[in-house]
Amino acid sequence: MNQKILDILAQVPDPEVPVLSVLDLGIIRDVIERDDNKIEIIITPTYTGCPAMDVIATNIRMEMAAHGYGQVKITTALSPAWTTDWMSEEGKQKLKSYGIAPPLPKQQTCRSELFSEEAVPCPHCDSYHTNRISEFGSTACKALYHCQDCKEPFDYFKCH
Amino acid sequence: MKEYLFQYTLHLADNALILGHRNSEWCGHGPALEQDIAITNISLDLIGQARSFFQYAADRYGNGATEDSLAYLRDARDFTNCLLTEQQNGDWAKTILRQFFMSNYQSLLYDQLQQSKDEQLSAISAKALKEVTYHLKWSSEWVIRLGDGTDESHARMLKALNDLWPYTGELFIPVTYEMQAFEEGIAPDIKTLKNNWLNKVATIFEEAKLPVPKEGFSQTGGKTGLHTEYLGYILADMQYLQRTYPNNTW
Repeated sequence: MNQKILDILAQVPDPEVPVLSVLDLGIIRDVIERDDNKIEIIITPTYTGCPAMDVIATNIRMEMAAHGYGQVKITTALSPAWTTDWMSEEGKQKLKSYGIAPPLPKQQTCRSELFSEEAVPCPHCDSYHTNRISEFGSTACKALYHCQDCKEPFDYFKCH
Repeated sequence: MKEYLFQYTLHLADNALILGHRNSEWCGHGPALEQDIAITNISLDLIGQARSFFQYAADRYGNGATEDSLAYLRDARDFTNCLLTEQQNGDWAKTILRQFFMSNYQSLLYDQLQQSKDEQLSAISAKALKEVTYHLKWSSEWVIRLGDGTDESHARMLKALNDLWPYTGELFIPVTYEMQAFEEGIAPDIKTLKNNWLNKVATIFEEAKLPVPKEGFSQTGGKTGLHTEYLGYILADMQYLQRTYPNNTW
């Protein structure tokens, strides 16, 4: 993928978690440059119902236009399905400093056993002494947790 | 797009849309803030899945169809969702049990649909399955919590079970487009999902101290457009804006 275009995309934030760029999220799947100077960008949704996807597509278009790319086609690809394992390490660090616990690696934690909770470290004090309040949080991609040591509630970007 | 595939795709979309719309009626009325957020998040996932199916159907069918025209401008007789999805929310127990039955079904169906010869149905299903896995876990936990909870919650679950059980049989009774989709390698034989579905119900109900009812008479008709009286009210609510102000956008 063209580094110049990737640098532009690194300036496009996720509207709901603005600390992350679309690159950090891992939703940019490909950038195709056509002979006629048109650019096609392939994106994939995080969750099928994520309302941020339309805004993200618009923001990508605007950022590209601001850098002189007037003709940009954005295509949504569903397969392979997005996973939090595609989130960059840098993105995970940014999430943590923003106060959101980053997703844990999928192999270790995506469990379907009933009443099981992932042991998620608190993004504020790093304590593992936390408990889940709800599997569903302020957006589709997050769960609600509470730290029993520093007493702060926090969002966990759940592994998917 | 072949007619049977169009009908089958709409059927998948309608199931997700109508259940999603029903769940969204809880917005602002959930029994606790966290659960209000949970049920509306599930709505969002379901409506997102419906959009994917509608977009696919609209793209391939042509004739000026769009995801919006398919959702907002068809009449009740054109909707082919299962009757279970349109049943009224009732109390929290009934909503939870309906969700558990449907998530259990969607989980088995999407798992099989991943192998579909139709690439787009396969892609949508693989994506949706990850979300449905959460829905199934969440609703299973609630079935156990309420079934094995207080006398009051247990009694309410029994009533919900009594109300909803006759609508579960329809899930596994194929209609023409489902059989054609199966014959063409697009969809699984829906009848073969029933055993696994019943096994899951039995496992969860055992922990929830709820009886698994005997198989009896099944209410059918939803998949061919013959609905209970409740669907009309949902459509009246959901389609009001587009019917009153055609082509209005914001």
